[in-house]
Parts: sequence; structure tokens; C-alpha cells
Amino acid sequence: MHIETTINGTVHAAEVEPRTLLVDFIRTDMGLTGTHIGCDTTSCGACTVLVDGTPMKSCTMFAVQADGHEITTVEGLKQGGELHPVQKAFKEHHGLQCGFCTSGMMLVGAALLEKDPTPDDDEVRWAISGNLCRCTGYMNIVAAIQAAGAEMNSSGS
Amino acid sequence: MYPPAFEYRAVGSLDEALGALAEVGDDGRVLAGGQSLIPMMKLRLAAPGVLVDINAVEELHYIRESNGHLAIGALARHADVVDSDLVTATNHTMASAAPWVADPLVRNRGTLCGSVAHCDPEGDWNSVMLAVGASVVARSAGGEREIPIEEFLVDFFTNSLQPGEMVTEVRVPRYTGPSGGAYLKLERKIGDYATVGVATHLTLDDAGRVADAGLALTAVHSHNLKVTEAERMMLGEVAGPELFAEAAAIAARTCEPDGDIRGPVEYKRAVVAEYTKRAFATALAQARGAN
Repeated sequence: MHIETTINGTVHAAEVEPRTLLVDFIRTDMGLTGTHIGCDTTSCGACTVLVDGTPMKSCTMFAVQADGHEITTVEGLKQGGELHPVQKAFKEHHGLQCGFCTSGMMLVGAALLEKDPTPDDDEVRWAISGNLCRCTGYMNIVAAIQAAGAEMNSSGS
Repeated sequence: MYPPAFEYRAVGSLDEALGALAEVGDDGRVLAGGQSLIPMMKLRLAAPGVLVDINAVEELHYIRESNGHLAIGALARHADVVDSDLVTATNHTMASAAPWVADPLVRNRGTLCGSVAHCDPEGDWNSVMLAVGASVVARSAGGEREIPIEEFLVDFFTNSLQPGEMVTEVRVPRYTGPSGGAYLKLERKIGDYATVGVATHLTLDDAGRVADAGLALTAVHSHNLKVTEAERMMLGEVAGPELFAEAAAIAARTCEPDGDIRGPVEYKRAVVAEYTKRAFATALAQARGAN
């Protein structure tokens, strides 16, 4: 089927089989491998992307369903050569170890901060509760997302 | 993992959806959130020939009051239910269950009506709907019927929809007096299926006795289980810890949990009993607060 989907601000036209999962389209057809496949059964959140700004699991959507919608992957967080405040904060606050969950965590964090720039601990933990991390124990992920919010507030972005 | 090949039809209106379902009959399935259907297809547990995608049918995206009930349209996401002031103000059981359905990412896409139609015995919403006395609106090209949830829910992953029909709305009756309700869910981690879930609903009469009681259980039977014996026993009685303990004993005796990685049978029965007491206690406090 023919689809047109906006990925990280660029419109892409493509032919896809209906059963192609969005995550496979992003990784294989688009070559954007920052979106990961973890459990493949809607449990881990490693495949998180933003669909029209809302975080969703791209292993549990078909690529045809992205037709006419805007997808943001981790590669789209960086703007004008500058890392997104969430990316900077994950680096500064050691919010990752192996990095497998990180793209999903950062996208969920960025989406949360869009709605609420000053989330408390519980709100951050609730927001990332669909994303599994097996390395960090979550402490630094929570700290990084809050620090990014503070940075975004102080810079007025 | 890839699902089996299927034909994909995206529709823009309810009429178009009903037309497509009429044409393909039993081979067609509605794709709304897909958060249960797509994993089942990937695991090859489901293999519909045609998927009718209703995600663009905005007329089904609503939560509203209508004719004395709360109406949840087929495209209302779990997250919409969590965020709905109308749900919070209208039904305690639903408001209490919504944040515990799946995880935030799944709630952003999955729908309440889809979960109800899916009839997974480990799903949360059908226990809520059994406890609050909901009904399901089924539409086909030929017309519409309203099905009480007890009749809609047939068994393990089985509903009473006919080929060509789809769920367009779930209807939840408004409270008729001081009322309350709760959903308590034991889960190993967020997003896991319930080890045990208990939904309660309670309405008091002017004398403070039970005018209406609802009790239903998740993950302890081949389908979400309405504990009718306990509901009937409570009618006309004085609400309080003794009555709730009696209802809890009936619930624990009636359920038929399997022992599995989430716990042995006796443990699950014990949780059913304890959660029944707690969830009714919460319901009573809410009902009294509303006096």
C-alpha cells in the first residue's frame, strides 16, 4: 500500500505491505535504528516513538497506520545540530548504561515535559512506567528528566 | 515477529466501517487501538483476513453523558478515560480502574471498547462493566442492538457479536442514589496482567441499606466473573464490614483461579477475599461522603 508519513519533519512516501510493523518500517526501510526492538510483545517500551506527539509502541502499530501522521523517533529530538535538553541531561546525569531503553525513555521524557515542565518524582516514574530499564535502577533517569525540565524552563524553550 | 498477511481497509466514517464489515463478514475484524489484537496476530493466535481500521472515525471518539448514562465511544482511548473529568465525576469504579489498565504507552492507543470486546479474562474493564451493570451497543449495516454486558461476555476471548457487527459504544448507568465503587488490582509490575482484580459498586437507599451492589473479578476464572450470589445477598442489608466479609467469602468460594507464576490457588483466593472487603469499604466511604 502507498503511504505518506512525516518522520522527524520530513515527508516520506513509501510502499508497504499492510502487515509491516511500524518499528520495522522505521528501522529497515528508513534506516533509523535508534528505535529498538526489545520484547516485541508490547511490554518493554524500547520501540517507543511519538505519533503526533504522543508516545506509543511502534511494535504494536502497522506502518500503514502512520499514513498521514507525524512520527518522531529519537533521531528527531536533536534540533539544529543541538541535542535536546533531555538528551543532554541523560548524558550529564548518567541516565543510561547499556542504552537499549534510552531512546524510548528520552521520547517519553520529552513528551512528558511538553505537558508538564516540572514533574515531581512520582509523575516522572508514572510516565516512564511503560518503559523497562534493566541497568540503571531508574534513579538517574528520573533525575535526568527533571533536570531537562528545569533546563527548558530556565532557557524559556 | 510478523503477523499473517491480511487485507487492510482504513475507513473514514462509521457507515463505511459497517459497510466493510457487512461485506467481509466473519473474516473481518475491527482495528482500533490494536494493543491486544496486534500482539495476538504476531503470536499467530489470531489471523483475521481483513482489518477494518477505524482510527480515523472521529465520530466514535467521545466520552459523554446521554439519556441518563455515561457513553464511551469505540475510539475513546484508555488515556482519555483516565483524563476524563466526566468519568471522575460520574463513576468511581471506572475512575479507579482506568489508571491501572496496562501501561501509559498502551493507554495512549488502546481503547476501552476494544478491551471490552476482546473478552480477555485477565482484562480489567469487563470486571468494571459487570460490577456497574454496563451494556454494549453493537451496530451492523442492518441496525443497532444494546446488549447487557453479562450477555455480551460469553466466555474466554468470546463475545456475542454476530458477523458484520462491531461495538460502537459502552453504556454505564448513572448512579441512582449515594454510590461508590473501586477497582483493586494486584500486579507484579505495571503493565502486567492482573494476578487478581476486584471491581465493586455500591448504591445505598435512604435508610442507608444496600439498594444495589456489584462485584466482579479479574483473572480468576475463564472469563471476568460476576459474583451474582454475593450481589443478591447484599441487597437490603446494612452495609458494613460484616456484610463485606460475607460477600468476600462468597467471592473466594466462587472463583476458580489457576495456580501459575503469579501465585498458587489459595493465595489468589485470599487476595480475592481481602480485596473484596477493601474495595467495598472504599465504595461505602464514597457513598456516605455523597450523602
